[in-house]
Amino acid sequence: MQYQSQAVAKLYFTAAIGLFAGQILFGLILGLQYVVGDFLFPEIPFNVARMVHTNLLIVWILFGFMGAAYYLVPEEAERELHSPGLAVLMFWVFLVAGALTILGYLLVPYSGLAKMTGNDLLPTMGREFLEQPTITKIGIVIVALAFLYNIGMTILSGRKTVVNLVLLIGLAGLAVLFLFAFYNPDNLVEDKLYWWWVVHLWVEGVWELILGSILAFVLIKTTGVDREVIEKWLYVIIAMTLITGIIGTGHHYYWIGTPEYWQWWGSVFSALEPIPFFMMTVFAFNMVNRRRRNHLNKVAVLWALGTAVMAFLGAGVWGFLHTLSPVNYYTHGSQITAAHGHMAFYGAYAMIVLTIISYAMPMMRGRKAANSNRSQVLEMWSFWLMTVSMVFITLFLTGAGILQVYLQRYSDTPLPFMVVQEKIALFYWMREVAGVVFLAGLVLYIASFFVGSKDPEAAVEQAASPTA
Amino acid sequence: MSEAFTKVMARNIFYGGSLFFLLLFLALTFDTEGTLPERDNRQAITGKVAMGKRLWENNDCIGCHTLLGEGAYFAPELGNAYKRLGGKAGIIGFIESRPKDGIPGRRSMPQFNFTDEELDAIAEFLKYSSEINTANWPPNIQG
Repeated sequence: MQYQSQAVAKLYFTAAIGLFAGQILFGLILGLQYVVGDFLFPEIPFNVARMVHTNLLIVWILFGFMGAAYYLVPEEAERELHSPGLAVLMFWVFLVAGALTILGYLLVPYSGLAKMTGNDLLPTMGREFLEQPTITKIGIVIVALAFLYNIGMTILSGRKTVVNLVLLIGLAGLAVLFLFAFYNPDNLVEDKLYWWWVVHLWVEGVWELILGSILAFVLIKTTGVDREVIEKWLYVIIAMTLITGIIGTGHHYYWIGTPEYWQWWGSVFSALEPIPFFMMTVFAFNMVNRRRRNHLNKVAVLWALGTAVMAFLGAGVWGFLHTLSPVNYYTHGSQITAAHGHMAFYGAYAMIVLTIISYAMPMMRGRKAANSNRSQVLEMWSFWLMTVSMVFITLFLTGAGILQVYLQRYSDTPLPFMVVQEKIALFYWMREVAGVVFLAGLVLYIASFFVGSKDPEAAVEQAASPTA
Repeated sequence: MSEAFTKVMARNIFYGGSLFFLLLFLALTFDTEGTLPERDNRQAITGKVAMGKRLWENNDCIGCHTLLGEGAYFAPELGNAYKRLGGKAGIIGFIESRPKDGIPGRRSMPQFNFTDEELDAIAEFLKYSSEINTANWPPNIQG
């Protein structure tokens, strides 16, 4: 750690891991409710558990992004953070607001929460992923503005690097696009049209810029490859992201009342959306192959490569699978969507946050560069358990989705929704088993912060052999 | 990547490409807004429908159901519920009759204890939704 103020990231990363654990517990509850329909009913109905699951995901990823920014921006800008105090204050504001919101979901019926928080004054609640009470949304905007101010001031008065600039563009885009969460007209079609400006333009737009810059930072640090080379790659990747991803929003405009030309725009551009993810994979492997040093933190490199591969599979391949409008006509809103959502979020965003945590946390906890061998090996186990089980979760949901689409929508004698759900229950059981393995991986992940923490650091660094 | 292709060129593609496609997206959105009045059934949006949409939101119905294919995949699609359940009476009857403690071993919709006026508003909202031109989606009545 080169600058003291980078240490504020530790708070953010710790909270992110805690909320991640909460997300997974609620995921297991949801998975069980899929097959044991009355599990925890009526105390925690499915919709409440789902809100907790998805909102915890969003919040922990945001904590991860903010932590990543607080860690890497000072190092890139070669100066201390503009205001470490503000960063700590905003951490607590965000954590308390987030915790109160989650408690609100769990302890008060949702309609009661809407009433308590005055949703009728400015109705924004009750839309997927944007379930937070309006007051929480306003809190998110305030935290985001304070965060952008802090990061922006640091970048502006320091060394300007492409990594910092791209990160800043991504974060600013994240904040600006979130403002569309406040637009909720009575017209359902317009509601949906602009809802996607938050959801799609986040995950298939500006978040990819954040992902790209964090990945570039970790690769610069762990491979020692010339910054010029990495920055050029980063520009090309994010160029392809926005060139394909912005119009790619059209793949959400096929069946929601919007004009039919979107079937062409959406199909063509979103079919190109895997390209930046494929380039990211090529990029990551290329840089690691051309490395000028063998970094001691092997597990961080594993996470970085894993992110690139899994983001390509989850977002790229599984996205393409159902993005062409003639296919999407049958798969829209089925378990295929759920399969894609799980691997894409894990592969792109969960894994990039785990990558930067894996790289930065050892140094923030007093190591020179890396954890002990024992700790790293345990973390590698957690990497493989979580990643492989997520592949299986995705495959089982895909199996469920193919059957669902056939039985409910494609065959000559379409069956009712609930009849189909019972027929495909086996796949939901298998998904739940895979989910339990994921939880085991997460337990090992958390354990890796404690196991071997008193052991000496991993062996001394050796220069990469010339043939490598 | 080859040396002839420089970082500045990559940067220019990023800024130029992003700006171009952002503007194209805005233009397409503008055009979409122009065509929506013929497709989105806006003339049917009454006070009752707006009230129904608020109830839909304030009870997080989207947390289990899909509406025009968007939402959660735990419970049936509701964009065509008006047609599938046989009109407003079918919708109201279904919501009203949910048992308070659920159905043993099975998925069940909670009992929301809506008033008659609220039930009517929700049904009106789902009727309005079912008349939006969705390019023939869903493929059949099962949603």
